[in-house]
Amino acid sequence: MTAIAAVRPSLRDPASQRRLAWAITALVLLWPLGRLADFHPATLLAPSNVKVLGSFLAGYVPPSTAPDFLRELLAATLTTLAIATAGIALAFLIAVPLAIVATRSLSVAAIGPADGRWRGRVLRQAVRTVTVLLRSVPEIVWALLFVRASGLGPAAGVLALAITYGGMLAKVYAEILESADTRPARALLQAGSGRLAALCFGLLPLAADELVSYTVYRWECAVRAAVVMGFVGAGGLGQLMDQAIKGFVPSEASSISLVFFALVLLADGISLVLRKVLA
Amino acid sequence: MTLRLAQVGVVHANGRRALAAVDLEVAAGARVALIGPSGAGKTTLLRVAAASLRPTDGRAGVLGDDPWSLDARALKALRARIGFVHQAPPIPPRQRVVTAVLAGRLGQWSLAHALRSWVAPVDAAGARDALARVGLAERVFERCDQLSGGQLQRVAVARTLYQAPRLLLADEPVSALDATTADTVLRELVAYSESAGATFVASLHAVDLALRWFPRIVGVRDGAVMFDLPATQVTPERLAALYAGEVAADPQRPVESLPHATLPLGSA
Repeated sequence: MTAIAAVRPSLRDPASQRRLAWAITALVLLWPLGRLADFHPATLLAPSNVKVLGSFLAGYVPPSTAPDFLRELLAATLTTLAIATAGIALAFLIAVPLAIVATRSLSVAAIGPADGRWRGRVLRQAVRTVTVLLRSVPEIVWALLFVRASGLGPAAGVLALAITYGGMLAKVYAEILESADTRPARALLQAGSGRLAALCFGLLPLAADELVSYTVYRWECAVRAAVVMGFVGAGGLGQLMDQAIKGFVPSEASSISLVFFALVLLADGISLVLRKVLA
Repeated sequence: MTLRLAQVGVVHANGRRALAAVDLEVAAGARVALIGPSGAGKTTLLRVAAASLRPTDGRAGVLGDDPWSLDARALKALRARIGFVHQAPPIPPRQRVVTAVLAGRLGQWSLAHALRSWVAPVDAAGARDALARVGLAERVFERCDQLSGGQLQRVAVARTLYQAPRLLLADEPVSALDATTADTVLRELVAYSESAGATFVASLHAVDLALRWFPRIVGVRDGAVMFDLPATQVTPERLAALYAGEVAADPQRPVESLPHATLPLGSA
């Protein structure tokens, strides 16, 4: 009995010291990174800068509602949406075959014949390298290149998105598929099913909602990317925003910001509805 | 000869030996139950028989072929003729019952046919007939996550019946089912193997079920065949030897039902 009383455990959380150590390490590592990135929050608060920012922000209210501008805004919004949607659609077409090849859980060689295994491994590694190459160059760089090659306009943005986002989608699709329970697909392969059939009947039912919500999220990112590419001449909201900022018309910038907000809200809503439908 | 294992040994990737020098021949249309303590190698033996695990040594002949000398296409065709009922039903919860059952014939279908069935079931009637045999005919269009664990296992059995394999393998197919359902499911599997002339090899936890439904019993222990006898010659002494040490190791197992419950059959 006394033995039991003697080993009464201390209430000090044994994990707390390690957590503190990690937090300090993270800060120590982040500090030089912030310096490298030229991150000086204080400059934002310098009096001259505050004045410029302040007068621009003051012009934000009320947002511009001039009919001519609104017409232009609508056209630009549609262009941006079109760039994002067409870009994601092309990216999807690039990503799906890559993801299917890269997914380990659909490996027939894993259940034999084993001599096909290294071949599959080499192929998967090659596909992974391709997806890295696709997404290693930011879409804005592709856009600048394509604007040089094919002239100003949305086509450059669509191509740029397709390449970069194709790589991203392929990588994450493959990871989502691999994180799902592999037993259903494995059982189908064991009964002589082909890879694609095993994917449809064994893997997709488990991963569909995650795949859909990730795709919609990527579409949302593509809308933002399409805006950014507008600044380098791919048209749409970005170009309009560029004009508004450079021409110092804060009321128009304000309206455009509201459209950004609405678009993200829209993407969120679509994702929610799709997830509900699939659940 | 449906199954011809000669001196089959298996060493798993982690270095553990699961089977050593197993000889087993099963004639076409025969029914064999594998019994033995957990970890004896029954599942490994079934996977070798299913042509989904290549033995480290020895030879495995399945349905007249050596699976491991076949090219990929022929191996796929061979696997399509082997049905496997898993211990845990490998069915995605959000799949509809009809799709899960129809997936049994993916090995026989072309990709185009499979994709058409994925979009809309091509053979709902066939699925219903298979489900009727396990008492689930009215659940065709429900989703699998609306079924209980036992019902899901019966869906998996229906899938294998729909596959109509020449070699039917089952790894603890009824261990998650209540006694009555377990008996019904085994009766259906046995009825299929008899009507189709398919060979049926199953591993079973419950020795009384093995003795009731299978004329031939193979006792497996420590990766080797300990005995291979007609059910009538499986005596309580042999069972006691087969499961020796099991009781103490795993009190959850219904071992008290082993030697005693089988007395009437064993002495018959």
